[in-house]
Amino acid sequence: MSMQLEQSPTTGDEVISNYTINFGPQHPAAHGVLRMVMELDGEIIERVDPHVGLLHRGTEKLIENKTYLQALPYFDRLDYCSPLGMEYSYVLAVEKMLNIEVPLRAQYLRVFFAELTRISNHMMNIGSHIMDVGAMTPNLWLFEIREDCLNFFERASGARMHSAWFRPGGVHQDVPLKLLADIGDWLDTRLPELFEDAMSLVVDNRIFKQRNVDIAKVSREDALAWGFSGPMIRGAGIPWDIRKSQPYDVYDRMEFDVPVATESDCYGRFMVRVEEVRQSAKIMKQCLAQMPEGPIMTTDRKVGPPKRAEMKTSMESLIHHFKLYTEGFHVPAGEVYVATESPKGEFGVYLVSDGSNKPYRCKIRPTAFSHLQAMDFLCKGHMLPDATAILGALDIVFGECDR
Amino acid sequence: MTVLHSAPKYASNDGVVEALSAALGSMLISATEQHGEVVLTVARPEIANALKLLRDEHEYQQMMEMAGVDYPSRVERFEVVYMLLSVTKNHRLLVKCTASESTPVPTVTTLWPNAGWLEREVFDMYGVIFAGNKDLRRILTDYGFEGHPFRKDFPLTGYVELRYSEEDKRVVYEPVKLAQDFRSFDYMSPWEGSDYILPGDEKADAPPVAEKKTTDSPKDTGADKDTDAKAAKKESPPAPAKDEKGDKA
Repeated sequence: MSMQLEQSPTTGDEVISNYTINFGPQHPAAHGVLRMVMELDGEIIERVDPHVGLLHRGTEKLIENKTYLQALPYFDRLDYCSPLGMEYSYVLAVEKMLNIEVPLRAQYLRVFFAELTRISNHMMNIGSHIMDVGAMTPNLWLFEIREDCLNFFERASGARMHSAWFRPGGVHQDVPLKLLADIGDWLDTRLPELFEDAMSLVVDNRIFKQRNVDIAKVSREDALAWGFSGPMIRGAGIPWDIRKSQPYDVYDRMEFDVPVATESDCYGRFMVRVEEVRQSAKIMKQCLAQMPEGPIMTTDRKVGPPKRAEMKTSMESLIHHFKLYTEGFHVPAGEVYVATESPKGEFGVYLVSDGSNKPYRCKIRPTAFSHLQAMDFLCKGHMLPDATAILGALDIVFGECDR
Repeated sequence: MTVLHSAPKYASNDGVVEALSAALGSMLISATEQHGEVVLTVARPEIANALKLLRDEHEYQQMMEMAGVDYPSRVERFEVVYMLLSVTKNHRLLVKCTASESTPVPTVTTLWPNAGWLEREVFDMYGVIFAGNKDLRRILTDYGFEGHPFRKDFPLTGYVELRYSEEDKRVVYEPVKLAQDFRSFDYMSPWEGSDYILPGDEKADAPPVAEKKTTDSPKDTGADKDTDAKAAKKESPPAPAKDEKGDKA
């Protein structure tokens, strides 16, 4: 009995078959350690299977073994492009459980620096998105702005990136008046100049539009079903912004517009972010105009540490300081889920307390998880080079995605 | 309770518990409101139906997040928590069910496509199985990882570590060797809340002994006659002879 070879229908001159490639884990356009197993039909993407977790550090487990205050710096290390946006949700979650009042100046400062974080995050994302599709200059100009932002963070908290500056009950230190004045000048002169210059090169650029317009369109229904948030859901035409609809701190006193894209493609998402930068600058100016003088940390000494000068004369302050930095404060038992509008979307913290000084469980809701998961659905039918444009418009950072 | 904090303010919880309790009916186990959050506990087999009802008839369009929690002392040790968001009602909801290692939770990938990765994560971290999820692979841990690291009984330091081996020319896995043990500080005040017994405190609750061990008279000491006789003399041995020269000097 001789062996019968099966005849392939495509044998002949051209043999067409799907093949699989690895995009990453080390790829300059992958925005971090992302491995995507892609099934291609020629240059058309048939299926994408993103493999995440290469940067998994077990943050949530580490937090369970730290006091509430010690857990805070871990949040800077999640989305390292917008550290204060990460701290914000955690701080508000702890405050919600403790039900403590935050002084007004601290609320203004937090909103002010959260918006500065948004600007610096969008500089990173807009710049790298542009670079992913082939333009070099705008990225360099936008990094100038980001550098300015990082210098401001350094002057406020002492650290360029990992600030650990928001604290349950307020902020760690007050800012010098000169810093606020300098940021005010920067908002009026340097930011609009640099930013609008860079954008003038891109937004009407033919090549940039060819790479982004009509790429990865998402309907409103899909955006809701896939759990999109932030610029991704606004990019799909739904005017949903947690700062507007569920205001926290002093966002309800701010006047700003929520930009929405009409065509829900990569270009629309990009333009939403561009407009958000302008709106953030607007919010920051209002903060500067309205910010009152006063304390920057709650006066509840069971949560907020006393000033160092007080500790020199008051025994009680010394005891409070010692107890807060060894044992930490106790949080009433219960569970909360607090989500804020981080620059990338809804960043949530689900906190379970058993009444002790350490969180029983701290689940972090990364923005990237829902967005990256939709990669398969967004890329299907597009060309391989579109994958980088789609990924750029998702705004992914792996510190946050993998935790 | 007056609200002092400045966390995100969404639509009021007034009447939500009652309305949703009535709608869920027998699927619901308990409904509470604490810290300004509505928490609904649903029977495990009904979780997918309950979430479908909330999505389709009560406008909770988005499932933003899913969390596993481990309570080792409970009969069904895991809790799976679903965070729902209604963008039309501007309201948030926590829905949860309990599970154990051997009781699968019905999948909700049929309701929300983003549940796929979230269920994979809960499975990876806690070992909760989701019935009907067609792609229940590990997601965050290493390829070939064993165990479920977020369980409370999984050590923080893990079991294996890896390094690049120059001899084998590849990355090798080895049992964790720590130069210093993991230090778990106990900051809890011993006066409030600590669940261990301070040294010496274990005697506080010990039952009183029937026969007290005291030595009131020489015969209770258990020593023999010679010793008793010596003790009765009450004489200390003579002091050592003084050094005359030393005294004079």
